Amino acid sequence: MNEVTIRIGGESGEGTISGGDILALASARWGYHVYTFRTFPAEILGGPCMFQVRISDRPIKSMGDNADVLICLNKEAYDRNISDLRHGGVLIYDPSDFVPEAGDYITYAVPFNEIARKEIQLFQTKNMVMLGAICGLFGPPIEAIVQVVQSKLSKSRKSNSTLMEKNILALDAAKKYVSEHLTKSDPYRLGAVEKADRVVLNGNQAIVAGALAAQCRYFSGYPITPASDIMEGMAKELPQVGGTFLQAEDEMAALASVLGASYGGVRAMTATSGPGFSLMTELIGLSSMAELPAVIVDAQRSGPSTGMPTKMEQSDLSFALHAGHGDAPRIVIAPADIEDCYNLIIQAFNMAERYQMPVLFLTDQSLTARVESVDRSIFKTATIQPRVGQEAHASNGKNGSNGASANGHQVLVGAGVEEHSYSRYAYTPTGISPISTPGTGTPAYVATGLEHDQHGHPDYEPEDHVAMMEKRYRKLQTAAEEMASPERYGDKNATIGVIGWGSTEGTIQEAVDRALAKGYKVASMHPKVLSPLPDRALQDFINSVEKVIVPECNYSGQLANLLGAKYGLQAIRVNKFGGIPFTAGEILRAIEEVG
Amino acid sequence: MTQTVINPTPKDYKSEVKPTWCPGCGDFGVLNAAFRGLANLKLSTDQTVVVSGIGCSSRFPHFMKTFGFHTVHGRSLPVAQGLKMARPELTVLAVGGDGDFFSIGAGHLVHAALRNIDITVVVMDNEIYGLTKGQTSPTSPHGHVTKSTPYGLLASQFNPIATVLSLNVSFVARGYSAKPKDVASLVEKGVQHKGFSFIHVLSPCPTFYNTFNAWDDAATPIPQGHNPSDKGQAMMLAMDTEKQYTGIFYQQERPTMDQAAHELVQQSKPFDIEQYMKRYV
Repeated sequence: MNEVTIRIGGESGEGTISGGDILALASARWGYHVYTFRTFPAEILGGPCMFQVRISDRPIKSMGDNADVLICLNKEAYDRNISDLRHGGVLIYDPSDFVPEAGDYITYAVPFNEIARKEIQLFQTKNMVMLGAICGLFGPPIEAIVQVVQSKLSKSRKSNSTLMEKNILALDAAKKYVSEHLTKSDPYRLGAVEKADRVVLNGNQAIVAGALAAQCRYFSGYPITPASDIMEGMAKELPQVGGTFLQAEDEMAALASVLGASYGGVRAMTATSGPGFSLMTELIGLSSMAELPAVIVDAQRSGPSTGMPTKMEQSDLSFALHAGHGDAPRIVIAPADIEDCYNLIIQAFNMAERYQMPVLFLTDQSLTARVESVDRSIFKTATIQPRVGQEAHASNGKNGSNGASANGHQVLVGAGVEEHSYSRYAYTPTGISPISTPGTGTPAYVATGLEHDQHGHPDYEPEDHVAMMEKRYRKLQTAAEEMASPERYGDKNATIGVIGWGSTEGTIQEAVDRALAKGYKVASMHPKVLSPLPDRALQDFINSVEKVIVPECNYSGQLANLLGAKYGLQAIRVNKFGGIPFTAGEILRAIEEVG
Repeated sequence: MTQTVINPTPKDYKSEVKPTWCPGCGDFGVLNAAFRGLANLKLSTDQTVVVSGIGCSSRFPHFMKTFGFHTVHGRSLPVAQGLKMARPELTVLAVGGDGDFFSIGAGHLVHAALRNIDITVVVMDNEIYGLTKGQTSPTSPHGHVTKSTPYGLLASQFNPIATVLSLNVSFVARGYSAKPKDVASLVEKGVQHKGFSFIHVLSPCPTFYNTFNAWDDAATPIPQGHNPSDKGQAMMLAMDTEKQYTGIFYQQERPTMDQAAHELVQQSKPFDIEQYMKRYV
């Protein structure tokens, strides 16, 4: 097997992350699968950061347990990361920074600073020196790196031919240095592999692509880590495809304006993180009550309050399921990987439109920044489900203009009384009522957050409230019946079950694979839709095993609480909440303890 | 079936929902003025959306036959702006009271003014919280005794016209609900104005703070000869605490954000996922 996990530790702002990005992209273009993990401080410049990339000729499910190779660009990086280097791994360091203690690892000393400063005479090239050493020792070939750097520089304002020359000099100098001064005694060597048709992108980028494909044509948001790139992507792309964008003054305004656009028949979205999501709750209730579609991305970060803005946590599940006062049905979806970020955001738009309610899309910090290589064939043209009552107008969206348009409709001036008696909120067996849209020749109505009758007129009669509550919740039942069930992964006759949610799926499946190889009878299930829950599939799974482990990156065990409340499950809780995702090894240990 | 009325009358805009307001409420005058203003403009009920927040006056959309969106407290402005950005061909009005626009939603007013999105705002100001039965409002006068200020209001009074003038709002006007024809004319002009139009309407609450007599005396048409492009003069009129001037204080045509956004869209092409993903190869 051709595989290596490389971790680079350094200072934020000195090219650690950008060097890692280049390595990942170059390896992917060379034909390898890649999967990255990074940490960075909340500060703009300075502070410790690290970048880890797992490079393999086989599909990768997690970030890897330990680094095979650790490159430390300063003493602090060594102190922070050395415990994560595997036994017998490789440590690369600059002897002018520090001298490592003796340990169970191979050491290569490379004078990064001296090569950059004295030989290349441009200290900025230090990360190129590092990449040159990686190429020389493990692969990929220098040319793969050069190609990526060239394409990055051609898009940069700093671009000039001298800088590119210096970069190439730095790469070559480091490669030459390692071949002349070091004796390779490690087993890691990435050989040539067949090229594959893959794309390399992170979760936020996949969400933008999916939203555009789903014909989202209005976005409003307020900057917040780690969701801002979604807003920036939509700001840039929407005008290119006929949509509009508004940076709101706060998150309440962001979701309010999304509901305004949605009322106008346009597919609309906002994206935020926990603190912004907290502010949006009044509008989630309005979306549910007025039955207006809206897609809300919550890129979860470590909480509560301001918490740790750049750290990973899965702690908004309980909140997403219940945010807001009163009983307000909503759909909650949690993607597991980059492919899901694309396909499930499309599903989120279709579910919002079909069931006329808010759809909360729970990604997290690790997924927003995780770069994966993904088969290009996954990114297909989206199937678009029109709103009930708007099918005839759906074709308007295809030409890239905003969803509904008045073209070809008679302009109405003052309509008859019966028009305002249109049953916008008609009781139906599915709970889904026809929805009309201004400017399309469909009947006028008033959407309201007040309890209302079938026409949308305010109505506080007990019978009406009961019937309306039941109608709104009936849509969730319809959604549960219409959605696909999650599939079981692993042993058909398992005695140990693992249930997870969100970005941990690959890590759990890798742990299941490793446990199966060791002879454990184990299987896992990973529901992507968490409201409505796929009751049948989960109950069958729970009943089929003796014990259920629920690993979650949060303190309180939010999925375990939910499964306990709904199915009486006494789960074995495995909680990690330091801001770093699980490794497969950690989940494997939990399985071993139970088995 | 829908019917087309070539020469609409105000009653063509009236819905079958009966207003919930107290007898004598100023908001009746504003509602009738809205019917009249929209009829004069021959606006289509299909192309017109009235957005509101929460409060007595925010029930407004239910009483109209146009499209309407009765939202949550304070958020009518962002809802209306989102709708106008996404559907610029629609006529969008945001209506509500002094609590909605100057207290819980005051933060939105600042940004709506800066963006100059082409919507028309009608504030029905009664200087009191009516729906919650008589607490102080940002526009209540200093010293005013209400249920929530039993020892008199300790804060100073909010000046709506002076505030929006300072925010560079592009159409600033005031009317008095007891003069519905004048209010109708302001609604008409506000809707016609391309940009963010702000119409402050004195609309008394006979139940919790009857200001009819005071405003009958104070409401004074803006002196003839006032130049609506003279912001300094407009500010002088706005700062007068004895008189409540009515009419157009200030008007300036300038680019709107919805227009600018839709000019950007003119070069747009249909989205093509295959083409789009090339950047990530």
